[in-house]
Amino acid sequence: MSFTPNIQAFCCHYTSQQTLAEGPQGLLADGFPKSVTIHRLVCTGKLEVSTLLKAFEDGADGVYVAGCPADKCHNLMGSQRAAKRVGAIKKALAELGVEPERIEMYHLERGFHPDFVKAAQEMDERITTLGPSPFQGGTK
Amino acid sequence: MIIAERKPLNEIMNMVQDAKRILVLGCRGCVTVCSAGGEREVEILASLIRLGKQKAGQEVSTIEATLVRQCDKEYIDSIDQWDGQYDAIVSMACGVGVNFIANLRPMVKVYPGVNTSSFGGSAEQGVWSEQCAGCGNCILHLTGGLCPVARCAKSLMNGPCGGSVDGRCEIHKEVPCIWQAIHDKLVRIDKADQLAAIAPIRDWSTAGHGGPRKTMRNDLTV
Repeated sequence: MSFTPNIQAFCCHYTSQQTLAEGPQGLLADGFPKSVTIHRLVCTGKLEVSTLLKAFEDGADGVYVAGCPADKCHNLMGSQRAAKRVGAIKKALAELGVEPERIEMYHLERGFHPDFVKAAQEMDERITTLGPSPFQGGTK
Repeated sequence: MIIAERKPLNEIMNMVQDAKRILVLGCRGCVTVCSAGGEREVEILASLIRLGKQKAGQEVSTIEATLVRQCDKEYIDSIDQWDGQYDAIVSMACGVGVNFIANLRPMVKVYPGVNTSSFGGSAEQGVWSEQCAGCGNCILHLTGGLCPVARCAKSLMNGPCGGSVDGRCEIHKEVPCIWQAIHDKLVRIDKADQLAAIAPIRDWSTAGHGGPRKTMRNDLTV
């Protein structure tokens, strides 16, 4: 059975800035998978654990965060903080018996960079392999 | 403050396995400060409970609320506003809060969302260390303000023991020997002579070994 994953990406302003300047069509032309929905943030350090969990509650099969390189964050420690929150969710997913790989943190260079597309492709492939989220939707 | 941390999720999920409507109840006191059971942690735990139930294919609804405190009757009374809307409460307050709800609402199923660990303070961001054991018989005036009951692995009254090496505890190498710190402090404040006094055998009845403790202030009772 074919499966198109629902992947939610939370990206900081700086890592996604120029890549997004190409527009959706440009991104697709670069090979950015359709399965990934981008949410732009001023800084990944602003991300709350609950926001990432809500993405799973809302039906995401996979979630990832793209922030600045750990030692070169525009806001000094924002991407480091985000990485720790992603780590906390990995632990919680494991406790719930769900693959921790369903959430990932990427530290990417700012501006136009092929790694932005590569991260999305990697998550698309990973989540397609893992299959649909074990969380069943509709019970709020 | 009272230090706590969230219980393992599988423990919590087992507690609420029969509940379909869950009130996740935080506390704005100590557990908010130590990031274990405040508003933010309530939101996270409620989300994780919903996800856990979704995974199990079970229906669930959650109410998220945070009281000013869970260690006063007046605040516990406010949970009556959700009467009939939940099957169980997961309290993210310290154990005092869970006990208060259980005492005051005998028909309510209340479960602990956190493990209450110690009385301590923030050592650095995200790190809390025990400073006080609540033993009920404070001797800090004799020890330079540093507590050997809470901070010595052996709770020695006449330390240091023979195992202290280079100012580190022999039980936990990463922990400074508190008796070494007491010695250094008393020397610094010119009170080293206090170290010559032998502390008598301690009466631990005030430390809970004589059963639950009660504090009463006659000038405040009505």
